Amino acid sequence: MAHINAKNLIVDFPIYGPASRSLKNAVLHSATGGSLAKDAANRVVVRALNDLSFEIREGDRVGLLGHNGSGKSTLLRVLAGGYEPVSGTLDMAGSVASMLSITLGMESEATGYENIAMICTLMGLGSREIAELMPKIAEFTELGEYLSMPLRTYSSGMHMRVPFAVATAVKADIVLMDEWLSVGDEAFSKKAQARLKEMLDSAKILVLASHSRALLENNCNRIFRLEHGSLVEIENL
Amino acid sequence: MSTQATSPLFKALNDIASGFRLHKIWTMLGWQDVKQRYRRSVIGPWWLTISTGVMVAGMGPLYGRLFGQPTAGYVSFVAASLITWQLISSIITDSCQVFIAAEGHIKQTRLPLSIYVYRVVWRNLIIFGHNLTIMIPVFILMPFAIDISMLLALAGLLLLLVNSVWMGLMFGILCARFRDIPQIITSFLQIAFFLTPVFWKPEMLGKHQWVAQINPLFHMVEIIRNPLLGKSAPLFSWTVVIGITVIGSLVSLRLFSRYRPRVAYWL
Repeated sequence: MAHINAKNLIVDFPIYGPASRSLKNAVLHSATGGSLAKDAANRVVVRALNDLSFEIREGDRVGLLGHNGSGKSTLLRVLAGGYEPVSGTLDMAGSVASMLSITLGMESEATGYENIAMICTLMGLGSREIAELMPKIAEFTELGEYLSMPLRTYSSGMHMRVPFAVATAVKADIVLMDEWLSVGDEAFSKKAQARLKEMLDSAKILVLASHSRALLENNCNRIFRLEHGSLVEIENL
Repeated sequence: MSTQATSPLFKALNDIASGFRLHKIWTMLGWQDVKQRYRRSVIGPWWLTISTGVMVAGMGPLYGRLFGQPTAGYVSFVAASLITWQLISSIITDSCQVFIAAEGHIKQTRLPLSIYVYRVVWRNLIIFGHNLTIMIPVFILMPFAIDISMLLALAGLLLLLVNSVWMGLMFGILCARFRDIPQIITSFLQIAFFLTPVFWKPEMLGKHQWVAQINPLFHMVEIIRNPLLGKSAPLFSWTVVIGITVIGSLVSLRLFSRYRPRVAYWL
């Protein structure tokens, strides 16, 4: 069973360098961002996630709501495995698809095909799986012969079709997404939304961060409200 | 996946082992690095070979004369020395950047950190392969004896690669945390090039040969360079390098198991 269980998760970002002391005074009274704290070694740290505990079960569609710096993206990165929590436990089961930065690993001098293969490899796919997926991904992008050209020749709209097509080509148990992805011109965008929706629907768990309550209400059954790195409210819709 | 119950040492070892198994990823990243540097260049990475070749052709005869060495033997010595030194020194300099350069990947994905070390080692091995071809014209123009003991160069290379893994982990961690260390190491390596018997021989020091013998970089050079020229490396050099491998690996493993989860926060 896919699940995400977090218990007392804490994430602190250390501030290094000579400026850390004055920095502390500067940020101390600001309204955005995590709260400042001191760690065991008396260093100034930004507490990005403060003692988060929650359980996410199969079928859950979780929306993370909060203002800038409330910890939404940090939490997503922790779930994606980038940051290991400073303390607390995180227990996850199921394959994870991270849509946090789908352009990761792309290379503007490489061709579209090469880029597709590169992103797929980074996702852990073997060469046979890549060969199998390639025609489907290529077809979806509608880029045709352009895929044999270096990425730098693409317009920015065309450019985004490539990672989007790859990211939505592989199904996963847990999908992490920071704001709703939308790509392409009007016609392509419709097709892309349908494909994204299909991928998200097939996922067992979705964790989606957004500023927009409307978006989360439309797509989620639970809303986690984050404030200054703390989980202040869980709404079940 | 659970973050509890397993010891930091186990997680560190697991990172190193599972990272190695993801060879599809790190070989791709390593190739990508080489390709990216030479995209749109006609001869690509062979530029490295050419620049090393030019250096050999220029320095060989000149320093051969300065040091009063027979030109033929000295040129092949310089060729083997330079390509070995370039491998070692660029592995060390690149080690400083393993994690810094992979910031995007590290912060967003759960890939083992060791893959970025293997990537750097692989990239340098590719470049070394290109550089190695210099030995062919050198051999044709100035033949030296071919010998079965040349295979020992492979053993030396393998030993160096093991060393580059611990160096990548250790320097990668230290440099991610303390951003002055890369500068220190770079300037240290510049002077080390002259202090290490790369284009001169320890015998030239007369009774001061100990200066070369206490230099660990010298021994690392010896175990690859000498077999490349069909000579065996002194047993002492092998012993020193094996010693460094063991101690370096242990220290590095300790550092890695302690600070592995912190690296993402330092970037």
